[in-house]
Amino acid sequence: MPELTSPAVDAPTSEATLAALVAAAHAAGTPLAVWGNRTKAAFGRPVQAAGAVSARALTGITLYSPAELVVSARAGTPVADIEEALAEKGQHLVAEPPDLSAICGPEDGMADGKPTIGGAVACNLSGPRRIALGAMRDQVLGIRAVNGMGEVITSGGRVLKNVTGLDLCKLLSGSRGTLAVLTEVTLKVLPAPEATATLVLRGLGAEAAVSALSAGLGSPFGVTGAAFLPDGAALLGPGGSATLLRIEEFADFIPYRTDSLSALLASHGRADRLDTAASLPLWRAVRDAVPLAPSTGEGVWRLSVRPSAGARALAALGEAGLRGFLDWGGGLVWAAGPGTEASQRAVMAAAGAAAGVFWTMRAPGPLRAALPVVPDEVPALAALSRRVKAAFDPKGILGPGRVFAGL
Amino acid sequence: MLAMPEPKAEILARREEIVAALVARLGAGNVIAEPLRLKPYETDGFTAYRRVPLAVVLPETTAQVAAALKYCHENGIRVVPRAAGTSLSGGALPLEDAVVIGVARMNAILEVDYADRLARVQAGVTNIAITRAVEGDGFFYAPDPSSQLACMIAGNVAMNSGGAHCLKYGVTANNLLGVTMVTVEGDILTLGGDHLDAAGFDWLGLITGSEGQLGIVTEVTVRILRAAEGARAMLVGFGATDVAGQAVADIIASGIIPVALEFMDRPCIHACEAFAHAGYPLDAEALLIIEVEGSTEEQDALLARLQAICARHAPSTMRVAATAEESLAIWKGRKGAFGAVGRISPDYLCMDGTIPPGRLPEAMRGIGALSEQYGLQVANVFHAGDGNLHPLIMYDANDPASFDRAEALGADILRLCVALGGCLTGEHGVGIEKRDLMSAQFGPVDLDQQKRIKTAFDPGWILNPHKVFPLVDA
Repeated sequence: MPELTSPAVDAPTSEATLAALVAAAHAAGTPLAVWGNRTKAAFGRPVQAAGAVSARALTGITLYSPAELVVSARAGTPVADIEEALAEKGQHLVAEPPDLSAICGPEDGMADGKPTIGGAVACNLSGPRRIALGAMRDQVLGIRAVNGMGEVITSGGRVLKNVTGLDLCKLLSGSRGTLAVLTEVTLKVLPAPEATATLVLRGLGAEAAVSALSAGLGSPFGVTGAAFLPDGAALLGPGGSATLLRIEEFADFIPYRTDSLSALLASHGRADRLDTAASLPLWRAVRDAVPLAPSTGEGVWRLSVRPSAGARALAALGEAGLRGFLDWGGGLVWAAGPGTEASQRAVMAAAGAAAGVFWTMRAPGPLRAALPVVPDEVPALAALSRRVKAAFDPKGILGPGRVFAGL
Repeated sequence: MLAMPEPKAEILARREEIVAALVARLGAGNVIAEPLRLKPYETDGFTAYRRVPLAVVLPETTAQVAAALKYCHENGIRVVPRAAGTSLSGGALPLEDAVVIGVARMNAILEVDYADRLARVQAGVTNIAITRAVEGDGFFYAPDPSSQLACMIAGNVAMNSGGAHCLKYGVTANNLLGVTMVTVEGDILTLGGDHLDAAGFDWLGLITGSEGQLGIVTEVTVRILRAAEGARAMLVGFGATDVAGQAVADIIASGIIPVALEFMDRPCIHACEAFAHAGYPLDAEALLIIEVEGSTEEQDALLARLQAICARHAPSTMRVAATAEESLAIWKGRKGAFGAVGRISPDYLCMDGTIPPGRLPEAMRGIGALSEQYGLQVANVFHAGDGNLHPLIMYDANDPASFDRAEALGADILRLCVALGGCLTGEHGVGIEKRDLMSAQFGPVDLDQQKRIKTAFDPGWILNPHKVFPLVDA
């Protein structure tokens, strides 16, 4: 089943035009692929559609109020542009959404630009800070979107606390454009830390590493990143595996925090310290899954499990010929290896054994079409998925089959 | 008074048959049908409205919840889910033709895991019980609504409850991993789990805050957090609310996120001081309580920075707690605020709108003008960092006209919040209280979208009817 790479793409510059396009497709019953800049084109099942609608030309920050910790941007705004505007005021995006262009960009290698904020929300992708401060979806205060009938819908707003009505912000986050096309998002932001420090423990096995990460995350010292790289050489030089714990704080708080954390972790191993300059690129690499370095034809998967199950999942994947690393204190397992059915089934089995979930981030199109890219839902839940999909998109024209076959 | 739907005569007529069917499914010990024992369930924390339900069932297991729901669904009987009944918006208000399904007897803590930092509890566990179970080991469950001694986690999930510390720690939705939910068809679903993030649709995010419209939650897995080393508060009085608002903006812009940032206006300061003798400045127009966390040295450093920021705004009073005891004294008045207002006026409505914090001066002026226009006193206490206002409208319950005026004033205050770019409810939920104001915040397309989702879960609209959506739609 060939992936759609060059259909007729409409990238309107106004929400109203986008809504009219979707309304016309709804009237005609024509399926549409839903795109941003296609940096995550391989994330999900191949979509069979003759046309595509892209939010990439809906750009620009529409509101930024630093004292109210809130930023709004149209969905096609590059994440990097928002980060730049926030940095000018000493703030940042809490969930540090990754740039996965190198991992799940389109098979022809031709993304249309940089990752967009709409794409980051639509895929609910979060970086290392997720374990401490929440996912992308936790920061979404408000959305504007176009449902499958071409109607502009809104939910939430621009305030930090809001329980008015059903929370469509969270429902649309991670729905990958299959319920509605995001046109604008409003996010909670936070002050960026003055300084970042990393404690590095070398040479631990995966189980021992997760124990150390759990001890750090269970401490009062404010760990905001907790990762384990089985092979630390590429990022940190020789020395075997690397267990990483991050502290982000005011600069004058860092010595006390890292001293206390080192003392707490003494029974797990000796901790080296990295300063801000060394820490920032390291955590960016963890965020973007750089250690996987997949070659052409390889697949990439993510699994989310209970942290204490992470090491076992990583070992099971290793036995199946996959390599990987852990983030989120052991709860996020990144894996790469041959883009084969055997690999896919190993991922499904490892997630199942840990009572967790998996996402196929990239794999050959036929494999993504043939096997689930996320766990199948039990029948009662699958029925709800169909009914909720129909509540937004009764003719099933938005990204059909993107997440689940037949939905 | 808000209009209530007519009870269905055919359901009332089948009362005995319905009770017998529930007894057959759940056992006589778990079904209440005697009028005297139904009386305690006639209302919740929004006591102005009362309706004695047809029956109350108190299941002990998820399977019993499923059996009761399935029966009611198949027979077109309305169901009102109930936890502790502390809702301030009437979220648990029954109807004469409805069966109340309460989770209070499902109150076991099933699992605590410090390595994975989670606790799995039955839905009838109180909010405080989770923290009590883990605080000996230095952990806590973050969301801390004012009702936390009584309110149950099922209600917290239903309302997406917040509290005084959510600027730093988030609300219920940000602190959940998974729930067990029973659908109207009686299907038992696991939404989320022990892991982070959803692979398909974010059911957990949709369910949280859905006010019992989509299903009944019977089990909840929450994240537990390690508590900070310590916390201390400071108190700052200002001569004008605008100035206090500017101080709040400067604090946030400085890069400090206090763990709590509470605001009280003059009427509230006076009420609290008379009640708690916390040493609040009676000459101040606005009072901020600011709390920071960390090691003792970190607290000192943060409090010094906050003092410097506040000093730029010429405060009339500034008092920094030197010890945990002095912090408690500062908090004493604020924690007793609702009780303090209750002493001045036996009856009050506690409102719950949110505004962008930058609009605080306009909100305060607007509320003041409305208070004069309606001839009712309003005391304001609010979470300043996140803009969540709690105007307390004082009225006399013995005078029906006074209550009607209080309700009308409350509605106007919430319309003002929406007009200023905010919303109708920050943490109390829509319930019945704000259902008819929904159209002030949402257009018909938005409401129709939400209603179609409701229908996807509850095709017969039997779950918690006449709540959340405007009555004309229910």
